Amino acid sequence: MKKKLKYLVAGGVIVGALGFLILGGFREAVVYFVTPTELKAKGPGAGGAFRLGGMVRQGSVKWDAQAVLLSFEVTDGKASVPVRHRGAPPDLFGEGRGAVVEGQYGTDGVFQAQQILAKHSEEYHPPAQDASASQQQDLYKTLRQQQGGGTGR
Amino acid sequence: MIATIGSFGLFLGLVLSVYGAGVSCLAARRDRPDLLASARRTALVLVGLTVLAGALLIAALVTLDFSIRYVANNTSRGTALYYRVTALWGALEGSIILWALWLTSFTALVAWRYRARHRELMPTVLTVMFSVCAFFFLIMTVPASPFARAWPVPPDGRGLNVLLEDTYMFSHPPILYLGFVGFTVPYAFAIAALVSGRLTSEWAIITRRWTLLAWYFLSLGNILGAWWSYHVLGWGGYWAWDPVENAAIMPWILGTAFLHSVMIQERRGMLKVWNLALIILTFAMTLFGTFLTRSGVIASVHAFSQSSIGLYFLAFLGLVLVVSLSMLVWRSDRLRGHGELEAPVCRESAFLLNNVVLVGICFAVFLGTIFPLLAELVRGVKVSVGAPFFNQVSIPLMALLLFLMGAGPLMAWRRATLDHLRRILLRPLVVAALIGVALYPLAREYPSALLTFALCAFVLATVVEEFWKGARARQRALGEPFVQALGSLTRRNKRRYGGLVVHVGVALLVVGVAGSSGFSLEREITLKQGESMDIGRYRLVFRGLDATRESNHDRVWANISVLNQGKPVTELQPARKHFLRDNQPISRAVMRTTLREDLYVILTGADVDRGTSLHQATLKVLVRPLVLWMWIGSLVMTLGTVIAVWPDRRAAAAEAPAAAAEAAVA
Repeated sequence: MKKKLKYLVAGGVIVGALGFLILGGFREAVVYFVTPTELKAKGPGAGGAFRLGGMVRQGSVKWDAQAVLLSFEVTDGKASVPVRHRGAPPDLFGEGRGAVVEGQYGTDGVFQAQQILAKHSEEYHPPAQDASASQQQDLYKTLRQQQGGGTGR
Repeated sequence: MIATIGSFGLFLGLVLSVYGAGVSCLAARRDRPDLLASARRTALVLVGLTVLAGALLIAALVTLDFSIRYVANNTSRGTALYYRVTALWGALEGSIILWALWLTSFTALVAWRYRARHRELMPTVLTVMFSVCAFFFLIMTVPASPFARAWPVPPDGRGLNVLLEDTYMFSHPPILYLGFVGFTVPYAFAIAALVSGRLTSEWAIITRRWTLLAWYFLSLGNILGAWWSYHVLGWGGYWAWDPVENAAIMPWILGTAFLHSVMIQERRGMLKVWNLALIILTFAMTLFGTFLTRSGVIASVHAFSQSSIGLYFLAFLGLVLVVSLSMLVWRSDRLRGHGELEAPVCRESAFLLNNVVLVGICFAVFLGTIFPLLAELVRGVKVSVGAPFFNQVSIPLMALLLFLMGAGPLMAWRRATLDHLRRILLRPLVVAALIGVALYPLAREYPSALLTFALCAFVLATVVEEFWKGARARQRALGEPFVQALGSLTRRNKRRYGGLVVHVGVALLVVGVAGSSGFSLEREITLKQGESMDIGRYRLVFRGLDATRESNHDRVWANISVLNQGKPVTELQPARKHFLRDNQPISRAVMRTTLREDLYVILTGADVDRGTSLHQATLKVLVRPLVLWMWIGSLVMTLGTVIAVWPDRRAAAAEAPAAAAEAAVA
C-alpha cells in the first residue's frame, strides 16, 4: 500500500510538471490567424502575435534595397493593413499573390512582420508571368550583355 | 498501355494481399503448413507486382507519357533524366508505391526468414502484414492511383517542384519510409503474441534487430530531412516543428522509448502491457503521420496536396487502434509481469523514467500539432502553435533525458547502492562541471545551452569511462593489449557497447543543435559592387554578379570573397535560380563549413542599380556554430547501430533457451 502511494505521488509529480510545461508553453506560443478585417476590428496595438493572411495588394509593394526594408499591404478585399518587414522579399512573394505574415500589430497601425511565410508545397505552381518576372528577365539580359552575351564561366 | 497494365497489377496486388491474409489466418486455425507455404509464395508475387508498378511508372516518367496524370504533374520536357526517375517519390501517389515496395519486401523477408521457426506466431504475423499490404494496395487502387489518366493530355507537364531537384532529396523519402514501414514487423509480432497467448518476451526478442533498424532508418530519414532543409531551403534552419516534421518525429520518439523499455522486459519480465501498448502506438503513429501530412487538416508551411486519402488513413488508423487495444484488454489477465521494482535507484527505474519523459515529449508534440484542429473545433478560432512551444517543452525534458542517458547505463539492475553510484558518476560529473565552468564566459547568456553542453560532456565522459574500465579489466585479467581489449569487449556485448556509441552520436548531435540555436549571428544587407560587410570574424567583399542560362532555368550568382580575421579564406557564390517555366525564383545557399561554425550565405536579391549601373546584391548572412557536429553525430549513430545489430552466432543460439526459460517462469 505504501509502495503504491509512493508511485502515485511520483507519477503525480511527473504529470504535474509536464502539464505545467505544456500549459506555460501554449500561453506564449499560440498565434492567432486573422484576416485584415478581423485585425482592424481588434485595433492597432492589439497585444499578442498574429498571423495575418490575405493578398498582397497590387501596386503596394515597396522594396528599399539599401535599407533592406520591405513594405506592402495585405488585403482581403474589404480592408487592408500596411505591413513592414526587415528583409528581402522571400521566394514566391509577389503582388496579387497570397501571403501569410507573422508579427505584431503596432500602435501606429502598421503590422511589423518578423516572418513572411512562403508556401512550398509538393505541387505548388504560381501563376506564370507578372511584373516581378519581367524585371528579373531584364536583370538577366543586362548581366548577359555585360559579359558579351557569354554563358558565364 | 502502361497505365492499363499498371492499374491492373495494383488491383491484382490488392486481391492477392487479401488472399494472403486469408490463407495465413486459415493456416493458424487449421494448422495447415501448405497454406502457409502458399502465403509465402504470395508475398513474393506481391514484391514482383510492386516492382512492376514502380518500373512502369519510372518508364512513363522517363518517356514523358503525359497521358498519365502523375507524369504530367511531376515532370516536364525540361526535367533532367535523373530527376525524372526520382520523381517516382516526388509526390504522393508515387511515394506510396515506394512505401508498398518496402512493405511487401519486408513481408516476404519475414515469411521466408522464419519459414521453419515460430510456428505458433507466424500465421498471425503474416495475416497482419498482408492486411497492411492490402490497405496500401487499396490506397493505390482507389484514392491515389499512380496510373490515373490525364484528360485532355497536356502538351507538356508541370514539372517537378524545383525544390525537389536536389541530390540529397532523392535519399530522404526512401530512408524515412524504411523506418516507418520497419515498425510494421515488431507490431505484427506483438499482435501475434496477443492472439496466440505466448506473452513472454519472445516476440520482442525475435524482432529486436528489426526494431533497431527501423529506429535507425527513421533517425537517418529525419536527419536527412533536416540536412535538406538546411542546405536547400535556404532559410538557415533545419528544424521548424512543422506538422510534417512532427509527424515523422513522433513515431521516432515512441520507438526510442520502446527500444529501452523492451530491455527491462527481457531482463526482468516487467512492463509487458506497456511494451505492447508502446509498439501498437508507434505503429499507429506512423499511420497518423501519413494522415496528418496527406489530409490537409492542418495547415502546414509544407501545404501538402489535399486528397481524400486522409479519410482512408483515419479509418485504417481507427481500425488498428480499436482491434489492437481491445486485444490488449482481452489478454490483460495473462499479462501480469512477474518482476517488480526493488529499489528506487536502479537501471530499471532510470529506463522507466526515460520512458515517461519520452512519452511525455511525444504527448506534448502531439498536443501542439493537433491543437490548431482542437481550437478550431471547440472555439472556432484559427490558431497555430509556433516553434517556441515545442522548444520550451522539449528543452528541459531533453536535459533530463541527457542526464539519464549518461547515468542509466552505468546503474546496476535491480538495486544500485548510492555508494556505487557515487563512485561511477563522480568523474563524469566533475568533467561536466569543468566543461560548464570553462564555457561559462562564452555561454553565460544562454543558460539552457550551457547546461546542455555540460550534460553532453557528462554523457561522453560516462561512455568513455565505461569503455575504459571494461578494456582495462580485460587487459589486466587476460593480458590483451588495450586496443584489442576494446575490440573484444565490444564484440562480446555488441548491443550494450553499440548502444553506448549511439549515445555518443546523440550527444554530439545535441551539441550541434544547442550550439547552432543559441549562438547564431544573422545579418541581412544590400551591397554594391566592391562594398563589404562584417559578421563575427568574417568580412565579405561583394565583387559583382554573373549569370548563365541552363536547361530549365536562369542562374544569377554573386561573387563574394571571404576574409577570416583579415586573411582571405575562400570565394563563395550564392545563387538564385529563376525557373523559366513559372519564374519561381529559388535561392541556393552556400556555406563555408568548419568544425567550429558554418558561414551561411543566401542571395535574397540581385539587381542592377539604374542610376549608377552598378551591381547590387542583397545578402542574408548567418554564422551558425557547431552545425557540422550534427552530421558527425549522425555518422557516429550509424556506427553504433551497425555494432548493435551485427549478427552474433552465440546470441542467436542463446535466444531460444532464454525465451523458453522465461515461458516456464510465466
